[in-house]
Amino acid sequence: MATEKQIETMEWAGTSPLPARKSPFSRFMKKLIRQRLAFVSGIGIIGLIIIAIIGPSIIPYKITTVDYQYVLQGPSARHWLGTDPYGRDLFSRIIAGTRISLSVGFFSVLAGAAAGTFLGLLAGFYGKWVDSIIMRICDILFAFPGMILAIGIVAILGPGIMNVVIAVSIFNIPSFARIVRSSTLSARAALFVEAERSIGAKNRRLIWRHIFPETISTIIVYFTMRIGTAILAAASLSFLGLGAQPPSPEWGAMLSSGRDYLDTSPFVTLFPGLAIFFTVLVFNLFGDGLRDVLDPKIKD
Amino acid sequence: MPEPLVQVKNLKKYYPAQSGILGLKKVAVKAVDGISFTLNRGETFGLVGESGCGKSTTGRMLMHLTEPTDGQIIFEGKDLASLKGEELRSERRHFQMIFQDPYASLSPRMSVRAIIEEPLIIHGVKDKSERRERVDRMMELVGLNSDQADRYSYEFSGGQRQRIGIARALVLNPDLIIADEPVSALDVSIQSQIVNLLQDLQDQLGLTYLFIAHDLSVIEHISNRIAVMYLGRIMELAGKKSLYAEPLHPYTQALISAIPIPDPQIKREKIVLKGDIPSPANPPAGCPFHTRCPKAMDICRTVRPETIEKQPGHFVACHLYN
Repeated sequence: MATEKQIETMEWAGTSPLPARKSPFSRFMKKLIRQRLAFVSGIGIIGLIIIAIIGPSIIPYKITTVDYQYVLQGPSARHWLGTDPYGRDLFSRIIAGTRISLSVGFFSVLAGAAAGTFLGLLAGFYGKWVDSIIMRICDILFAFPGMILAIGIVAILGPGIMNVVIAVSIFNIPSFARIVRSSTLSARAALFVEAERSIGAKNRRLIWRHIFPETISTIIVYFTMRIGTAILAAASLSFLGLGAQPPSPEWGAMLSSGRDYLDTSPFVTLFPGLAIFFTVLVFNLFGDGLRDVLDPKIKD
Repeated sequence: MPEPLVQVKNLKKYYPAQSGILGLKKVAVKAVDGISFTLNRGETFGLVGESGCGKSTTGRMLMHLTEPTDGQIIFEGKDLASLKGEELRSERRHFQMIFQDPYASLSPRMSVRAIIEEPLIIHGVKDKSERRERVDRMMELVGLNSDQADRYSYEFSGGQRQRIGIARALVLNPDLIIADEPVSALDVSIQSQIVNLLQDLQDQLGLTYLFIAHDLSVIEHISNRIAVMYLGRIMELAGKKSLYAEPLHPYTQALISAIPIPDPQIKREKIVLKGDIPSPANPPAGCPFHTRCPKAMDICRTVRPETIEKQPGHFVACHLYN
């Protein structure tokens, strides 16, 4: 029959040379540079981070220095962005506020993402009642509009920047849980995860070593996009007087203190508002671009 | 006298399903419906059948990737079908699987070394240099260059990837390898390399294979004994020579008549089966093959045929031989 002829020994396949390798990072960078807007936003984010780190040491005025001779002044050579109702230099305060807004945004999303990822992995991997309980709790949290939920939490914990971080991270938990759960479901069904199971890998190893890495790119994209939202939420809470308290140079609090002078001195609210706008924008644009870069369906 | 390694007794897998108006009628999809066979140490046992006949489910049940509904899998005096938890996990080292798809079955995020090392880490080989050495040895054994151990699996071709899969399956020195269509995703020229590799490895390491395939030529080449499955049941089970020279079951006869002969001078009468394979959710009464069998009799429609040993070692489930 046919088989004896078909099946002959052939040269060993394993010794043939492999194509030159490119590191995953260099491929990632190449794709990212092609996403112009995201790349520029990325540079903007790096700029903001640098300002947050070195800003407070290079500002021309102390953030608490009041100068009653220069109250509500417009932009000038002396005060680049003008002064607020107490005669404090707006430029210095906005630069100093960068650190607050970025760290509030970063840490609240980090905490929310960590808890949400953990819950999402558990729900997706174990399924059944674990999934039902976790996802129903998330549904309850989802039922509240995000801001209302955050206001509620701050109302319980009391005002303050730390409690804003807690509130914003709690409202980030369910969205991360849901998004990680769905990537977990697809990763769990992947054949190579099944192969690991057949070898005898414990559940903990399956989750952390094989399923979690599959969800990371989704988490990173979502993380970046949520930072913008979190900064906005924290500024809103401060605007409402629930977050950073005066004389903190938090942007939302600055907006709040300048709102009585909107018609006479609009720059007092305009510049902190622009700072919030710019920061949220670069994070969202960067997140959008990252999503396209990390999407395996978009080939380079 | 062949020494039995694994005895499978009356293994079943029913999947619950709903049918009827509003899904009120509960039915079971009988993917595997009471099959029994013995794997002897050192042999290659071929499992062949159409898609959907339950051959892969059988392999997966042996691996505990699918939990059996009923039946026993006896290995070293223990019933693996009822094992759970840590006990099951440590028994897994004796059974390993080679998967059909060499692309999806290897993690894209791990180097070849990490993939092959994984079973050693999981089963407690703590010494790093020992692991390293065993991985290198295993790569050379399956025909891979161990210098390429730090490459990622996506940098390799399909045949090379299947070799990585084989190395991963063998690194723990298992007793039984379940090869679920290990070559059907590969090019024909690569298929022969992999089949030959599997045979060489069997000679060197004394492995036992459960070889699942739908390609009768491959099965004939590699197997010692062959079971033919149809709709979750074994229709015929015999040694390779006896099955191919003298197929008893009408289904086996039809399958064998369909193997192409590479000589245009030889004419063979093909038995062409009519109709499709019936749904396992609603299998025909009696012999499951009677709807398509050219030799069906009245009794086939009502009574399920018993498996009888027609000749020594040649089993068949068909009313023609009762």
